[in-house]
Amino acid sequence: MSNEVKKKSPPDPNSAKFKLGKIATDAYVDAQAAKDRGEMIGWCSSNFPVEIPETLGLAVCYPENQAAGIAARGGGERLCNISEDDGYSNDICAYARINLAYAKIKDTPEQNMPQPDFLLCCNNICNCMIKWYENLAKNLNIPMIIIDIPFNPDYEVSDAQVAYVKAQFLEAIKQLEELTGKKWTEEKFQEVMEYSGRTSRAWLAATSEAKHTPSPFNGFDLLNHMAVMVTARGKKEAAEAMEVLHKEYLENVETGNSTFRAEEKHRIMFEGIACWPYLRATSTGLKSRGINMVTTIYADAFGFIYDDFDGMVKAYCNVPNAMNLEHARDKRVKLIKDNHVEGLLVHTNRSCKLWSGFMAEMSRQISEECEIPHVAFDGDQADPRNFSEAQYETRVQGLTEIMESKKGGC
Amino acid sequence: MLEDGERIIGTELLVAGIGTVGAEKIMETVLKKADLSCDDIDFVMATGYGRRNFDPAHGELSELSCHAKGVLFTNPQVRTIIDIGGQDAKVLRINDEGILENFMMNDKCAAGTGRFLDVMAHILQMPVNELEKRAELSGNPAKISSTCTVFAESEVISQLATGETVENVIAGICNSVASRVAGLAKRIGIKEEVFMSGGVAQNGGVRQALEKELKVPIKWSETSQMMGALGAAISAYEQVKKRGVLNE
Repeated sequence: MSNEVKKKSPPDPNSAKFKLGKIATDAYVDAQAAKDRGEMIGWCSSNFPVEIPETLGLAVCYPENQAAGIAARGGGERLCNISEDDGYSNDICAYARINLAYAKIKDTPEQNMPQPDFLLCCNNICNCMIKWYENLAKNLNIPMIIIDIPFNPDYEVSDAQVAYVKAQFLEAIKQLEELTGKKWTEEKFQEVMEYSGRTSRAWLAATSEAKHTPSPFNGFDLLNHMAVMVTARGKKEAAEAMEVLHKEYLENVETGNSTFRAEEKHRIMFEGIACWPYLRATSTGLKSRGINMVTTIYADAFGFIYDDFDGMVKAYCNVPNAMNLEHARDKRVKLIKDNHVEGLLVHTNRSCKLWSGFMAEMSRQISEECEIPHVAFDGDQADPRNFSEAQYETRVQGLTEIMESKKGGC
Repeated sequence: MLEDGERIIGTELLVAGIGTVGAEKIMETVLKKADLSCDDIDFVMATGYGRRNFDPAHGELSELSCHAKGVLFTNPQVRTIIDIGGQDAKVLRINDEGILENFMMNDKCAAGTGRFLDVMAHILQMPVNELEKRAELSGNPAKISSTCTVFAESEVISQLATGETVENVIAGICNSVASRVAGLAKRIGIKEEVFMSGGVAQNGGVRQALEKELKVPIKWSETSQMMGALGAAISAYEQVKKRGVLNE
């Protein structure tokens, strides 16, 4: 008697999952091809205005995405150790430690990317980024272009802030033109802006379908798809793939299907970067209890809608880690209310002091305003040494039991 | 062990760390003492960190819900529960309907947990239940500021080496645990009455330090350590009641 072999069906090339996965993979392939052609390529921080390299026709890679991929495939600790052996503290962001190690060893079985000729850094995501990229620039002896977008203590972005940041955008374009010989054209920018708008609108529409019960998707999907939102928003393929994603979610709503392959008993919001080394454990801990993570701040964060250059500048001043607590809270409260969220699960991420730091007070305010329980667990986005599955399980079970008892069970 | 959801007919405590051997031994002892057998038990509910691995259990519930159920069974007016156990510390908030509505647990490490006190008692070469009596004799508690258990251990050693009294050091240790847990309690919000469950509730030094930090009286009982088990037994009874078949 032969053993039955479970065949995995080939991915549908017309599906959003396939298209989005291909865009993410192609980013590395395209950058390597550009490098092989002798073009200069860059490494770019995740909230640097992607429209600038895209309009100039420059290929860039995103160390944060690569570090997440390496961590998810089990290489995080190995690379963190290399950086720590070189003297970097284990208190530093694990993405930084992984990337600084990669810049040194230049080859990993998990995910390679071509070495950079220049660096694009923006501190609207965190200030650790500045020292990380400065060290890269020094170690690799390459130029670093930085855009300073300070944390905004006010609720709205002021004209003065827009003027301050716009001047830096223009300077960054000029520096890149001089460095690479590529030219900025208004026509190309209009095209990129149009694709970026289309991609963003489709992303916002797709993620907003979580308002349906059950949700047509598993929120963990968003953690994968957002890679395209970060790196490829201004590309035609990204706009098309996101529109397919939205269409698929709409079909799921109509047919009652979902990419969440379990009965949706509870709906939560997940806060923080994914715990990539333990993605399966964190996801299974929820799914086994019928908990669907229906939304995250990423659903809102990567919808960059603007009509002109100044609007683009303003959008980059308004990203989650650069806005004040009240504004950040209100965005989350809206997501929670729109998507009928019953509990908040917060990843206290050792790597990200900024994000984890403001979440303690923000969770309290959100919990109070939305009348939902919130629970925090310790972990790390890429260093596997900072997570305990038993501690995570207890917290998630406690959260589940509270959500159940609010519904009259337990 | 609970009969008809209201009468406690057996309790047993064993501090054992390997797998579920301790729980199995407890079950055997408690049944023997009550002259009962496994067949007399309608439902076994497991709780705590080994809850998923205890084969005789029919169900499992987190210690968060169990402590809430146990405390509310004996003290229905309680609205905040502070549970300092061996592996973690937690503060539970109970709503006016007597239902657990939110909780906060320790982060990062063992500071603020019972294990912290175990380690300190070990280096002071005394049983952990001795700490309370000695803390009471302190005139001027020492400052133990490190949150890391190992660093705090070296802090204790150096304080003693520089002439600090054992009593003052012990009071400082109790204050250190209380300060960590009070931080959790303040974050989630204190609502009276406040009750302390878990093994550390027996330590008057920590209780008093917590009362001082939180500026509220803290209730406790000799059975504080059993509250999680009691809550599990209550929950087991609720499950049987739902099912509708009880052993005579």
